[in-house]
Amino acid sequence: MTLARLRERARAIQRPWWWRWAVWTAVIAPGAAVLAALLSDLLAGTRWLGSNPVKEGELVLGELTIKYLAATLAVTPVRRVLGWNWVQKDRRVFGVTAFCYGMAHFLWYALLDIQLDLGELAGDLTKRTYIIVGFAALLVMVPLVVTSTAASIARLKKRWVPLHRLTYLVPVLGVTHWWMSVKADVTEPLIFTATFAGLLGWRWWHARRDNSLHVPTPSARPGPA
Amino acid sequence: MLIRPPAPPDLRASDITPESLYLTRREWLAAAGLTVGAIAGAGALLPRRAAAQQALGTPYGLQADDKPTPWADVTGYNNFYEFGTGKDDPAVEAKGFRPRPWSVKVDGLVKKPGDYALEDFLKGSRVEDRIYRHRCVEAWSMVIPWRGIMLADVLKRAEPAAGAKYVEFTTLYDPSRMPGQRSPVLRWPYTEGLRLDEAMHPLTLLATGVYGRDLPNQNGAPLRLVVPWKYGFKGIKSIVRIRLTDRQPATAWNTSAPDEYGFYCNVNPTVDHPRWSQAKERRIGEFLRRPTLMFNGYAGQVASLYAGMDLRRNY
Repeated sequence: MTLARLRERARAIQRPWWWRWAVWTAVIAPGAAVLAALLSDLLAGTRWLGSNPVKEGELVLGELTIKYLAATLAVTPVRRVLGWNWVQKDRRVFGVTAFCYGMAHFLWYALLDIQLDLGELAGDLTKRTYIIVGFAALLVMVPLVVTSTAASIARLKKRWVPLHRLTYLVPVLGVTHWWMSVKADVTEPLIFTATFAGLLGWRWWHARRDNSLHVPTPSARPGPA
Repeated sequence: MLIRPPAPPDLRASDITPESLYLTRREWLAAAGLTVGAIAGAGALLPRRAAAQQALGTPYGLQADDKPTPWADVTGYNNFYEFGTGKDDPAVEAKGFRPRPWSVKVDGLVKKPGDYALEDFLKGSRVEDRIYRHRCVEAWSMVIPWRGIMLADVLKRAEPAAGAKYVEFTTLYDPSRMPGQRSPVLRWPYTEGLRLDEAMHPLTLLATGVYGRDLPNQNGAPLRLVVPWKYGFKGIKSIVRIRLTDRQPATAWNTSAPDEYGFYCNVNPTVDHPRWSQAKERRIGEFLRRPTLMFNGYAGQVASLYAGMDLRRNY
């Protein structure tokens, strides 16, 4: 069967030597490019980000956050399906990157877009549902980033995994924020809704299959009597 | 009652027309075959500059720091969903659009309805150049040198019937020429509406050009509405029909999101959009935001239209 053969071939692929460079470039370059474009547009009058560079840059950073969330959640399926165990190391990098872009998106909005108008910031964070939802996504990522170090993983032991299931909440909040912020054309939020539905659906399907494979006997289950 | 709003006396000519505009104007002159290349010497430049200034018109309610937004932004940053929802889509997608021949129908509650070729529709109206502030509901703004005719001229010629209270405008519906109409982001064709007294107001224009040239396609060629005290989306583009009616017409954005967009859509810094504050705006080309003015700075001319109305409810 061709599918099985393809899978076999994919499994044989080892981590290429340039992989880590590719990952770091993918992580840093977009952010650096947005910042450089903004500075160039504001100071040198170029039009890299169009007529409204502050607004455009803000949207680009938001989209980058969503894209790196997708990359983070794609690591495990890719590892399991293609057998690329070596991508597992990149999951943390992608996750922390998603947080950094989310934070940059928020800071850009607060500092450059509304220009630290504290009244407006307070109003937005209390009255505007889509901003509350987006901010919640950012807040949920904080404990995840803080506990992403090897030391935290060692210290939290078994509690690390349930804590980090919070990751699944972030794209739900993030994409909801995007949907709600769009005026009429929902094409892009729709694409990422489908992407995350696929990534989370794959996990659900896998968990269900694994559970049905080895059903734990009730007596063997630890816990309060 | 037709009172032309006077220009503020404290405005210096140098505030209105920056160097880049003279250049634009001169390019246009050259393109129109009016170049006086044969005339040598600096003296020839002076009358041309004066002419350029005249072409840009009197500054209707402009303030000293209202500098016309550069051509590249006016024609490159557009909301015209008939040609795509991205701000830079219309400039690309409308390139091949042919705004001629064009016809405009005037009907409904008028004594003299008609179906006109655009040239006949414009005939008999004085073409004026007016520089207006333009405030988008998305909290960005521009200053645009429009060219056009007063809508009041057109309506008076059609002679509104006794029951006429509103004017409904309709954009061309032709998905083969307007690719954005192939996806249902809004209900097509785009429609807009004004109360008859708003439509008759001397500030209300039917624009046929910007910067002394014909309207580029992405700006709503060949004929669009300009109502400078209302949010930009009231300025319906590529108009094919003007209908007078006794009932408040349905408008595209009100139909799409009634909780966010009402019928009036007057620029009002004290009434927030449900998703953002309208108190400030970012003028395209500027970094720091500026406060949004009541009725976009045209309160002196239009506030009386809304005397006694609750503008929070009639947003």
